[in-house]
Amino acid sequence: MIQFAVLMGFVLAAFSPLLNRWFGQRTSLLLALFPTLLAVWLLLQAPDIIQNGRLLFEWQWVPSLGISLTFLLDGLSLLFGLLITVMGACVLVYAGGYLKGHPDIARFHIALVAFMVSMLGLVLADSLFTLFIFWELTSITSYLLIGFNHADINARKSARQGLFVTVAGGLALMAGLVLLGIASGSWSLADIFDQEADLREHALYTPMLVCLLVGAFTKSAQFPFHFWLPNAMAAPTPVSAYLHSATMVKAGIYLLARLHPELGGTPMWIGVLSVVGAITMVVGAFLAIHHTHIKKLLAYSTIMALGTLTMLLGIGTEYAMTAFVTFLLAHSLYKGALFMVAGILDHETGTKDVTQMGGLRSIMPTTAMIALIASLSLAGVPPLLGFIGKELMLEAVLGADSFRLLLVLLAFVASILTIAVAFIVALRPFYGKRHHTPQVPHEAPRSMLVGPALLALGSLLLGLMPALLGANGLLTAAATAVSGEPINVALSLWYGVNVALGMSIISLAIGFLLFKRWDRVRAKLAMLTPVMRHGPEAGYERMMNGIVQFSEWQTRLLQNGYMRNYILVMLITLIALIGHSILVRHSPIVTFDLEVRFHEAVVAGTMAMSALFATTTRSRLGAVVSVGVMGFSIALIFILFSAPDLAITQLLVETLTVILLVLVLFRLPRFSNLSTSLERIRDGAVAATMGILICLLIMTAWSIQQFEPISTYMIENSAPLAYGRNIVNVILVDYRALDTLGEMFVLALAAIGVIAMLKLRHGESSNGKHAEGSKVTSKEPSDG
Amino acid sequence: MVKSGTIILNTAARFLMPLQLMFSIFLLLRGHDEPGGGFIAGLVAAGAFTLYLFAFGVSATKEVLRMVDPRDLIGIGLLLGMISVVPAWFLGQPFLTAQWWTIPVIDFKASTPLIFDIGVYFAVLGSVTGMVMTLMEVDKDEP
Repeated sequence: MIQFAVLMGFVLAAFSPLLNRWFGQRTSLLLALFPTLLAVWLLLQAPDIIQNGRLLFEWQWVPSLGISLTFLLDGLSLLFGLLITVMGACVLVYAGGYLKGHPDIARFHIALVAFMVSMLGLVLADSLFTLFIFWELTSITSYLLIGFNHADINARKSARQGLFVTVAGGLALMAGLVLLGIASGSWSLADIFDQEADLREHALYTPMLVCLLVGAFTKSAQFPFHFWLPNAMAAPTPVSAYLHSATMVKAGIYLLARLHPELGGTPMWIGVLSVVGAITMVVGAFLAIHHTHIKKLLAYSTIMALGTLTMLLGIGTEYAMTAFVTFLLAHSLYKGALFMVAGILDHETGTKDVTQMGGLRSIMPTTAMIALIASLSLAGVPPLLGFIGKELMLEAVLGADSFRLLLVLLAFVASILTIAVAFIVALRPFYGKRHHTPQVPHEAPRSMLVGPALLALGSLLLGLMPALLGANGLLTAAATAVSGEPINVALSLWYGVNVALGMSIISLAIGFLLFKRWDRVRAKLAMLTPVMRHGPEAGYERMMNGIVQFSEWQTRLLQNGYMRNYILVMLITLIALIGHSILVRHSPIVTFDLEVRFHEAVVAGTMAMSALFATTTRSRLGAVVSVGVMGFSIALIFILFSAPDLAITQLLVETLTVILLVLVLFRLPRFSNLSTSLERIRDGAVAATMGILICLLIMTAWSIQQFEPISTYMIENSAPLAYGRNIVNVILVDYRALDTLGEMFVLALAAIGVIAMLKLRHGESSNGKHAEGSKVTSKEPSDG
Repeated sequence: MVKSGTIILNTAARFLMPLQLMFSIFLLLRGHDEPGGGFIAGLVAAGAFTLYLFAFGVSATKEVLRMVDPRDLIGIGLLLGMISVVPAWFLGQPFLTAQWWTIPVIDFKASTPLIFDIGVYFAVLGSVTGMVMTLMEVDKDEP
């Protein structure tokens, strides 16, 4: 049962502190076994998937709601699953070196393994519900990982920003998925793919697509939501390598690719995806060369890659699909390696600024080699996998059906800028003059080199032998799954002399020139800084400040700390709601057709009298007692109408209420009249309206019988099915046990809250800090 | 006011508390068929401790409760509530489906609703006693 194996990861995450205590530094290696085994399992499924297209692993989760934990394994999820598990293993090993001796490494392991499981669940989910749950789990674990260095205010702020942006998108996604479920009539992706009806024709298509796109774009850092990704670089580097380049940010891309066969190909899809993708691509590449912070450089170039992937999905031709899967794989391999190299540089030199590094090649030759291979793949130099990916991308853009000229232009600019970034990362730290760095650099430990070396090697080998992936390989299955129609991916290093190759060569030349003049270009670009301040991030800040101000304002207005105010607000709201539905939706029915017996009238009269007394008396104790009288009268009514359980409960609650009131009564200040007469009239009016409305509600509800009352069923089945003759109790512990369970928790929370607040106050006053202590009168109660 | 217990109250409390507690257990066990049940029984038991609190004060009541903190009772109650969920789960039935077993010798009907009801009993008892006790504790120390 693969679901079980994947979910075991959560258990593993929970136990990782224990493992850390037992195995110390070897824990990372041990944990890496888990994704490795999953990767092996996935690889074993590969031949089957390439043959048959799709495997379903069913497991009912909540059958009554139609929610299953079924896993859908096709080319696309296989590709993503392999990326997640292989990268996960590399990153775990790498993190073992990067965070060696860190006191909180156990916390890191928990979040990282939990993230890995969530991400796997996301790409394997068949049910839209499970997909959404895992989607949100990745946002939460990402939040924990970005904010890993929680003592740093910047890390906290970035973590919050990432969370807000992705979770806001998650809300849109939820709406989109619900619409998708409604439109298709199924919550299972496999069913949605198999059905005949065309969702593109459906009336809900446009709102559904908009919601899904907002979800995908926020998660995958598309313009204008891209700003959270560079800030997320506050996370430890293994996290950046894993979440913010290879996996989580591609979740949005995954979703788009997943839904492409059903929703893609419409003018709206093509227009939005290819244009937003192309803009993101250029904006990312352009912003990248502003930065000297190595992780930010890489983060912006990741945005560029994510934009490219979105654009390719938008173009949607067969070429674009091939380019999409190839570029996706190539990018994960080189970007993961580059981030790990960035982490090594930071770890060894103590700085993240590339202009502060130089000449490190002789000190760390292996790192330099890895950086070179990965960067050349990023730049798209043969014979690396990145070259194939870029060739195919340019080819796809040249063959685009819509916006061809625009896309070609933007792709060309973006690739020049990317090449410059690649040279900056590969050459700047390792060649040229040695700089003085905060730490004396050494070659990184083996644990930190294995991961990136493996990924760089992957870029090289797969580039040299593209046949491994192409014809009847993994990428064919993936491209087929994305497109919905069979595609035969034929990858090769040499497609002959064509326009794409020409563009590649020209962009390489210009990119190299740009790299040479980078320092001067950056100085010029610095002049743009005032303009940049008005980017989307400023909009985000303004919105967040606005929300905070609004909540302050409405808290002051609605929750000003006065009990009377709360009650007033609640009653007015109730009046509005009940009044609206009674007066507008049903006409109120006033009936005095009641049989009132003498003793009932007496009880009712007592209640009315005591209510009147409670509101007019100037003695607090008198008010408490008269409210008590009212409570006991209600109990009497319960007895008269033969509801002994309710009566007993009412009596006991009333008794305890009086006891509690007595306990707090003489701690209150002297009774005084603070309300103006106008306020009293207002309060009286509200109270009277409430009373009249409730009376109307009861009369109306009594006269309308819309449904067969459920009580008949409960009375009939209480003894035979639930083996109890006391229906009230059977309802509480059997029919409605879940409600009771919830109420138990509410009660417990309330009690703990009261105890905590009292103790807190108590603690303050016994420390002499509490000024009000002197105001409390300690008179004996008069009836004591 | 903690020490305000009179002889009548003290004597009455000493005799009433065990009676009230026994009565609460009686209410708890008969609850499924006759008026009663965990909630009511919990309130009665809380009433018993409250009476004792009024008569003898916080520290004496804590002695009566021995090592048990009322807050722990809340936890025990919630735990029992959750435990009663589990058997149905193992039998592959929907969440919270009631299970009934008859204990042969004394012919007693044991069931998950009973365990659940005992959970309610402890949660209510713990909550109310905890709140009253804390209120009185705070009260005692203030001038």
